[in-house]
Amino acid sequence: MRMTSIKEKEQAVVEEFELFDDWMDKYNHIIEMGKALPVIDDQYKQEKYLIKGCQAQVWLHAEQKDGRVHFTADSDALITKGIVALLIRVLSDQKPDDIIDADMSFIDEIGLKEHLSQTRSNGLVNMIKQMKLYALAIKG
Amino acid sequence: MSFSPDQLRKQFPILEREVNNRPLIYFDNAATTQKPRVVLDRLMHYYEQENSNIHRGAHFLSSQATEAYEQARKTIQQHINARHSHEVIFTRGTTEAINLVADSFCQRYLKAGDEIIISAMEHHANIVPWQMACERHQATLKVVPMRPDGTLDMTGLEALLNRRTKLVAITHVSNALGTINPVKAIISMAHQQNVPVLIDGAQATPHMAVDVTDLDCDFYCFSGHKMYGPMGVGVLYGKEAILNDMPPWQGGGEMISSVSFSKTTYNELPFKFEAGTPNVADVLGMETAILFLQETGLDRIAAHEKELVDYAINRLRQTDNIRFFGEASERSAVVSFIFNDIHPYDTGTILDKMGIAVRTGHHCAQPIMTYFNIPGTVRVSFAAYNTKKEIDVLMNGLSTVRDMFG
Repeated sequence: MRMTSIKEKEQAVVEEFELFDDWMDKYNHIIEMGKALPVIDDQYKQEKYLIKGCQAQVWLHAEQKDGRVHFTADSDALITKGIVALLIRVLSDQKPDDIIDADMSFIDEIGLKEHLSQTRSNGLVNMIKQMKLYALAIKG
Repeated sequence: MSFSPDQLRKQFPILEREVNNRPLIYFDNAATTQKPRVVLDRLMHYYEQENSNIHRGAHFLSSQATEAYEQARKTIQQHINARHSHEVIFTRGTTEAINLVADSFCQRYLKAGDEIIISAMEHHANIVPWQMACERHQATLKVVPMRPDGTLDMTGLEALLNRRTKLVAITHVSNALGTINPVKAIISMAHQQNVPVLIDGAQATPHMAVDVTDLDCDFYCFSGHKMYGPMGVGVLYGKEAILNDMPPWQGGGEMISSVSFSKTTYNELPFKFEAGTPNVADVLGMETAILFLQETGLDRIAAHEKELVDYAINRLRQTDNIRFFGEASERSAVVSFIFNDIHPYDTGTILDKMGIAVRTGHHCAQPIMTYFNIPGTVRVSFAAYNTKKEIDVLMNGLSTVRDMFG
């Protein structure tokens, strides 16, 4: 079975977000994505899986499945959970090298650039960094 | 003349701007206040007409700038009713003022086995410097407990004071809860045991008149930028005798009397504690901000802000699932709350999309959040230029938040 590439997934997300002309619809969509995120196994909701630099708590776990990196996550804030769900949708079940190389420019295209700034304490930057670190570790 | 926030607003250029295509509503004043035109003009005037290094050259500009700088010290001395202008030390802000005392005072007085008392509601700036000092001198940090309504447990303070206590360092007003602490009673209680007291006044000076002679505090610290002045400048007030007894902190120009490679003698107060070229422009800006506060009237500002706090609390009380933090009867212009079912970060993000700036998170006071077992709060903090109409917009914003998450 052919897997959808990161670029293709990014493109799908960008097209999806183009449907929203107002910020509230966009955020409602992010919140819905968060609510739909599969529940993370409880054993991973502990300190060592927390991503630093987030105002909300974000737990992120990665494991290898058939040479690809499978991510699960959770957060106690819904917007943050939606954002991590968005990242998981694009990066999960991809090859480590593709995750490491992903430029994530789609975040700018869907108008969430403000969340990339360091002053935004939702930790989007740290989430991406952590996902790439997991990919590096799994690549070995 | 009656107080009109609508008139006052016109003096603040930034309040005319939009954020996210909505008129800015700035409710993050406990983090920093906006600056009136007079302060901005003062900064520009200094660099356009007066810029020169002070206390040095014999030339016209240098002596003019020196005079302006020393006049600012006098203005501040009078504003806080200090006995001498040399008891006013310019710093980068409250944090640096506290660090100065934590280094210099502790070097002189703190010995192994001694104790320093702080409170459970301190900002990190009034926790960490003392932790560092205690570690350096093998001393112990003691913490006055807080009650659930966000007030200090005064009997707890009394119980902690003993012969080993070398200093009490307490905030005048809590930045996270708005509680106004009974600092005069605290100071007098500590003085009965001959323990000096430092007051962190960063959140007090924008909202009330502070009289250091009446309080009888040994140190009082505050920042310019929280009281309509520029960032990067603040004040350490200290009693003359104790400041004279303390060793210099940073070394450099200005703080010396004479330097040779075998021996350096130090300058007297206040210069002993002001090494290097000072932040002249921002000191002048802070002076202008203080004159602005005096002209507007701290009493009128306080009355207006109390009206805003009462109005906001009354309206917020009608919201579902809300929990307030800090319900002291004596409180400043801060309302801290969370919705039980909504993360403060979610609330803050949506309000921001509507042009409303609030602070969410732990407000640099993590022990308070641990005490209440919450990840943080939504903090709405007012200044003189805020209006009830803005609170109405906030309420609409919060009802949108409830629709989205509740």
